Amino acid sequence: MKKIIQTLLLLLPLSAFAAGNVTLQRVDIDLEDFASMQKGAKHYVTYCLGCHSAKYMRYKRIAMDLEIDENIVLEEIAPEGANIYDPMLTAMNEHDSKKWFGVNPPDLSLIARVRGADWLYTYLKGFYTDESKPFGTNNTVFKDVAMPNMLWKLQGTQTAAIQSVKGEDIVTHLKLTEKGTLSSKEFDKMITELVNFLVYVGEPVQLERQRLGKYVLFFLLMFTVIAYLLKKEYWKDIH
Amino acid sequence: MKNRINACTNWMLERFPMSKLWNEHMAEYYAPKNFNIWYFFGSLALLVLVLQFVTGILLTMNYKPDAKLAFDSVEYIMRDVNWGWLVRYMHSTGASAFFILIYLHMFRGMIYGSYKKPRELIWIFGMLLFVCLMAEAFMGYLLPWGQMSYWGAQVIISLFSAIPVIGEELALWIRGDYVIGDATLNRFFAFHVIAVPLALLILVFLHIIALHEVGSNNPDGIEIKESKDPWGKPVDGIPFHPYYTVKDLVGVGVFAIFFAAVIFYMPEMGGYFLEHANFIPADPLLTPEHIEPSWYFTPFYAILRAVPDKFAGVIAMAASIIVLFLLPWLDRCKVKSIRYRGGIYKKALVMFVISFIALGYLGTQPATPTYTMFARIFTVIYFAFFLLMPIYTRWEKTKPVPRRVTEEPDAEDQYHAMVDALEEMTIHKPLKTSWGATAFPVTPDKSGIKHVLARLAKRLKESLD
Repeated sequence: MKKIIQTLLLLLPLSAFAAGNVTLQRVDIDLEDFASMQKGAKHYVTYCLGCHSAKYMRYKRIAMDLEIDENIVLEEIAPEGANIYDPMLTAMNEHDSKKWFGVNPPDLSLIARVRGADWLYTYLKGFYTDESKPFGTNNTVFKDVAMPNMLWKLQGTQTAAIQSVKGEDIVTHLKLTEKGTLSSKEFDKMITELVNFLVYVGEPVQLERQRLGKYVLFFLLMFTVIAYLLKKEYWKDIH
Repeated sequence: MKNRINACTNWMLERFPMSKLWNEHMAEYYAPKNFNIWYFFGSLALLVLVLQFVTGILLTMNYKPDAKLAFDSVEYIMRDVNWGWLVRYMHSTGASAFFILIYLHMFRGMIYGSYKKPRELIWIFGMLLFVCLMAEAFMGYLLPWGQMSYWGAQVIISLFSAIPVIGEELALWIRGDYVIGDATLNRFFAFHVIAVPLALLILVFLHIIALHEVGSNNPDGIEIKESKDPWGKPVDGIPFHPYYTVKDLVGVGVFAIFFAAVIFYMPEMGGYFLEHANFIPADPLLTPEHIEPSWYFTPFYAILRAVPDKFAGVIAMAASIIVLFLLPWLDRCKVKSIRYRGGIYKKALVMFVISFIALGYLGTQPATPTYTMFARIFTVIYFAFFLLMPIYTRWEKTKPVPRRVTEEPDAEDQYHAMVDALEEMTIHKPLKTSWGATAFPVTPDKSGIKHVLARLAKRLKESLD
């Protein structure tokens, strides 16, 4: 037990450095852009779902929230054979993934709430060639990540300009050395769509709650005004 | 029909002292008429308590206190249960709101001396409530079974193991396992939903009964019972109902606006009300990069970390709360309200507030050497405020206390004063525009601004004397 405490207390000061000092790129998230999120959902199923489930999300919910016909969701977004009521599960089993990657690829339902949109955007664009790693890639915001760059075909290959600062290797910037099938602009757009979808999946109700919030606040404002007038009326005689 | 209803009411009243209770605690409970904004927080805390009860009950209908299911069931509530997200956000925001209100409520007690004779017991009940509330929040925080839930509980429970001899066994007994596990989750659930809420309810009852026995304090810190009219009613008192029920309703409205704004627009409150790391399911094998308790515990957590020795740190943290219990006896000044107290207490209180907020901030930050040094300085100030109190309050130079409550400018007067000040700071110079009309452009007036600022500074200085 003592050991656990000691490690815990030791870990506390370390956390300052764990976050890293990479400046995150800003991504413009628009949860009212259903078309973008629909494309994002498609990208997710194509490139991510192979390993990462989003188990708290049902295809039916995507159809409802993004106002897409259920059949279109089944035909164009969901993998073959999926039912509209199915959650977004991955086909890969834990036993295999542990053997192949050393870790289980995490479920991504809530990843946007953990990391934030900017981090995801920077992360997905932050892979570079690093021959010392098992999959040949490393990442600027998530050092030594076990995930290979799934999107290398689209993005092309990036190499890093590395500078040694105080004995630590720091990536100063990334350079595209081999072109991918998408231009860098198209690729940025695609990542934006994907991140947009992930932000939505993190909390599907967020658009609804912001819409409702206006009415609630308006009601409460009216309530407060009336309550104040009532109070003034009652307190007229108190001096 | 009307006779029937009357008959029913009478039947009831002959058997239950409904009207007596109502009169004693509402319609004929005389409260001082000069309550100001600081007096809203008690009733608001009660409102939040009720809200937490209602939303909590609704949450238990779908929550599963099982290490394998807990995290999933929370997400189920957030996504699949109708209005589950609203109930959950109300509960999570309510927890933080509760602490904000309670801290303000306690601060009110400190500035107007509400803990002093004859209200020591109200303060003690209040402090017990505060301790129960902390236990309630701590145990509730484990239930979502996220990473921060898990590791926060791990760190805090491991503190018990710092106690010599029995520590290890005690921590084991509390957890029911060698690490936080299903057993811990289940017992915390039991405490969170039934044991502690019951204690809270009883203590609230005692708190209010004790208050109504001696009567409320007020911003002037004088006893309204000392000046009564020929009918035996305090001249400066007004019946709680309807005067303060309608007034508190305004407070409810204003509070609800803030509350709803958080729920609907920033339920995570930038990671303070719902922490980012708590959206990752608990993993006993993976320690998060940065463990920090919920924001409302951070001042005490900072005190814990400020002390180099672990057991001494635990004692210091406990002492920082125990010392609050002793407040009524540490303060030797006869004058209650800060309005008539000496400058030294005011300055000490300002230092205390600064150190409390600073400790709260430091508790959220990693313990770097600089931060630890600051935490030590503020810890010393925190304790000095209490432990030196018997000395510096004894010879305080107090001001004469009025016999009757004084009148304070109300919100509308203050608004007019602000408009006047704004007027003083600006010039309206008539200006002929090129097309012949006269315009009154508003330009800032340098000497006016200087005057207003000087007056403000003077008043600020005076208020600290």
